[in-house]
Amino acid sequence: MMLVYLILLLFVGGLLCWLVDRVKLADPRWLAVIVQVVALVLVLAGYLNSEGFEVAGRTWLIGLDVPWISRFGVGFTLAMDGLSLLMVVMALFLGIVAVLSSWQEIERSSGFFHFNLLWTLAGVVGVFTALDLFLFFVFWEVMLVPMYFIIAVWGHEKRVYAAMKFFIFTQASGLLMLLAIVGLVYFHHQATGVLTFNYFSLLDTPLSETVSFWLMLGFFIAFAVKLPAVPVHTWLPDAHTQAPTAGSVILAGILLKTGAYGVIRFVVPLFPEASVQFAPIAMGLGVASIVYGAAVAFAQTDLKRLIAYTSISHMGFVLLGVYSGNELGMQGAVMTMLAHGMTSAALFAFAGAIQQRIHTRDMREMGGFWNSAPRLGAWVLFFSVPALGMPGLANFIGEFLALVGAFKAHAWLTVIAAAGLILAPVYSLVVIQRVFHGKPQGDYVVRDASAREVIMMAMMAVVTILLGLYPQAALELVSAGLTVAPVIETQTADLMVFLN
Amino acid sequence: MGNVELIALLPIIVIAAAAVVVMLSAAFKSPHALLSGLTLLGLLLTLTAMLWANDVAPLQVTPLLIVDRFALFYSALIVLSAMVVTLLSGRYLSGVGSLVEQPRQQAHLAAEYYILLLTATLGAMVLVASRHFAAFFIGLELLGVSLYVLVAYLAPLSAARAPSLEAGMKYLILSGVASALLLFGIALLYAEFGTLEFNQLGELWQNPAAMDNTIVAAGLVLLLSGACFKLSLVPFHMWTPDVYEGAPAPITAFVATVSKGAIFAFVLRLFVDTNAFVHPAVYGALTIVAILSMVGGNLLALLQNNVKRMLAYSSIAHMGYLLVVLLAGSNSVTSTALVSEAVGFYLVAYFVTTLGAFGVVTVLSKAGAEHDSDQLNDYRGLFWRAPGLAMILVAMLLSLAGIPLTVGFVGKFYIVVVGVQAYMWLLLAALVLGSVIGLYYYLRLIVVMFMSDEKGSERSALMTQIAPGDRLVLLGLVMLLVWLGIYPDPLISLIQYTGLNQL
Repeated sequence: MMLVYLILLLFVGGLLCWLVDRVKLADPRWLAVIVQVVALVLVLAGYLNSEGFEVAGRTWLIGLDVPWISRFGVGFTLAMDGLSLLMVVMALFLGIVAVLSSWQEIERSSGFFHFNLLWTLAGVVGVFTALDLFLFFVFWEVMLVPMYFIIAVWGHEKRVYAAMKFFIFTQASGLLMLLAIVGLVYFHHQATGVLTFNYFSLLDTPLSETVSFWLMLGFFIAFAVKLPAVPVHTWLPDAHTQAPTAGSVILAGILLKTGAYGVIRFVVPLFPEASVQFAPIAMGLGVASIVYGAAVAFAQTDLKRLIAYTSISHMGFVLLGVYSGNELGMQGAVMTMLAHGMTSAALFAFAGAIQQRIHTRDMREMGGFWNSAPRLGAWVLFFSVPALGMPGLANFIGEFLALVGAFKAHAWLTVIAAAGLILAPVYSLVVIQRVFHGKPQGDYVVRDASAREVIMMAMMAVVTILLGLYPQAALELVSAGLTVAPVIETQTADLMVFLN
Repeated sequence: MGNVELIALLPIIVIAAAAVVVMLSAAFKSPHALLSGLTLLGLLLTLTAMLWANDVAPLQVTPLLIVDRFALFYSALIVLSAMVVTLLSGRYLSGVGSLVEQPRQQAHLAAEYYILLLTATLGAMVLVASRHFAAFFIGLELLGVSLYVLVAYLAPLSAARAPSLEAGMKYLILSGVASALLLFGIALLYAEFGTLEFNQLGELWQNPAAMDNTIVAAGLVLLLSGACFKLSLVPFHMWTPDVYEGAPAPITAFVATVSKGAIFAFVLRLFVDTNAFVHPAVYGALTIVAILSMVGGNLLALLQNNVKRMLAYSSIAHMGYLLVVLLAGSNSVTSTALVSEAVGFYLVAYFVTTLGAFGVVTVLSKAGAEHDSDQLNDYRGLFWRAPGLAMILVAMLLSLAGIPLTVGFVGKFYIVVVGVQAYMWLLLAALVLGSVIGLYYYLRLIVVMFMSDEKGSERSALMTQIAPGDRLVLLGLVMLLVWLGIYPDPLISLIQYTGLNQL
């Protein structure tokens, strides 16, 4: 029941935020923070009290399964394993950061804004815990609508276009996933006579090779759009750039991870053989995303757009790791998800802070900010360092593991992907150089980081360092929940010997 | 005709009587509120009469009508929708009196409106209970003739409402053509088989000779063309946007829901009773029509700046989605029960959503005004002026787009389930494509509602007049929309209980 309370808390909390703002009873910002802190406590309490149980060869911490729409064998099935737990905790953590980052930005209808924010999070928590495919799809879409409002109502100059693009990309691919879900359930029904949307029941559906491939593709496209992978990434630079700061933080920090989570949780376990078949293509897309994202990021002049493209690049490592077909790669992918969640959220929060101060995101008009805002500069430098892959910080662990895992599967692709690690410092340092060093371009006096911003950045910095220095805790939590696609035969056996 | 038959016919008798009562009360210069109240009472009594009729169902009353659970379910749906339309009409029409000089005419004007609403509802009820082409035609014309007048109802009141007359005329002439096609088709079938009863038809054309018969094929295609016209499927959709735009907003809601729903229920019964699916000409033609409607309807809606026209094209697309389910009936894997269930659920979803969407348009409009509030600009910044109303419209639009937690999603889910089961990948691809295109214009309207508006104060003048009754109706609809979207089980059981289960 804990998971139901958790999701309900976020839904009701969202409604309350709207309500208290309309009757001018309280500040919805504080209410949103309190709701999320309570939610975090609830999750951690649930984790500490859980006894764990085994289903389908994996350990689950908390679970719930009640019938919902009996006509279709749809259940209200929620369960949480180590992976879900990490993702949910990260989502709530970044949710608090998001509220803090937009503390002064939202002037109009603050209640409705926080309503949308909490509903997005409710959808995200649902996505990370739903183990009924119908329910999963419901949450998948539920997180989409409020996010659309956040971009469309509180975004920047091209918000309507960006919001529309975001919605249509996600919804179109979502419909393909719906077809695949229904198809999977139908074939399962045909084979076994049981009509169910339950994840565990569907795990071992006997499928022919072709059917399995097409169904897998339906899921993969939906997740690839969210991830995003080249070539279905084009919504992302627009959405991230135009969203208000909190929207960008949630998009980059949390929503992108739902795509990766979907691949890990659904695509690989549900269609193991098809995934192996598809792995080279998926890894190729991952590598393309890494290199393309990094190269295009370098060419940007819009600060938020630059950060958005780096997200594409980093998420490429996730795709690479997930499809590497071994546990190392998979762990690397999860680690990268966590690490990227922190750094991208921090960088977007910083971009938001800059925009709020000087009302532009154009880096050509910036420069020399270190003089007036050294604290802000130091924090940005701190978060650029993990982004460029400095050992000792979380991102390094993630990307390194993903590359090691991928190397076993496909050496040449990995070599190209590693080139992305060279490009990362280039764009990261370009940001520092253009924004904080050099001659000031405008006559701005940039206010230095406020206490609120310092607290926010420090929160994320602590997590990044902890994950970087002691990744074992997170990795152990996760490893029980990972399904690894059967090892892929490769021609690089000799290289593996070298590696070992 | 015995007592049992009379009980079975009670709903139809009651609503016909209600029409007469409203007509008589108009002779005594009854005020508007009384007429509206009487209409509501009549509809309520009709609904109650269905409970008795349900006890004797299923019962064949004369060769013309069958009162079974299916007919009663759709009748109830129709009557409930008519009640919503009546409730919404109250405030909408309240200013009409001032446009007419003599007080005598005032009462007549309102009375005509409600009488015609009742007769149109009667026609729709006959339609869903007919199992015979004669009854079908009576019902269809009763519905159609009432609607011709209602569509053009506001035309005499002011010059600015002249397009209503055009809409009415267009509807009259094109409906006439469609009726002629229908009649000709029916006549051809009669010439070949010598019967107008569906059951007998079904048995007669099972033999292979009838399948190859050109006259049968021609008859069926003509019959279907007429039906497609009434359902406004592409390429028979030309009248729809004009009629939707010209008609008074509550009547638009009525045309979109009751008129189309009743005809679709009839087509479903026709197909199930006669097994017309098996005819290859029917299947091929309807597949093309379905694809054209899903994609074309949504594409044409993209270009609209008028909300009523946009919803008109959206309704074309929705009828296309429904056709997918009907076509699935041709596949032996899909049971009739499932088809009937999916159609039932989708129609309920469509009724609730469409009534809600046009309900918001009605609440923002007034019969006395020059035109209904149907321009995209009328909705600019609605959220900041009336957040509740705007959120209701948002919910309705999201339901039309098929987003989860709304009843529209469960409806669309039904279509996907049926489509996958019948392996209709081409039609499903068209459905996905249509839905994605559709998102754009639903979102466009939603975005407009959240834009800031410099002329907000002018428009907010309209807002102060929302009657508490209207608010209640809309709130009820939106709660139904969410409730059925989250917990559809009870409705599903009801539809399964009342579904057609033959073949």
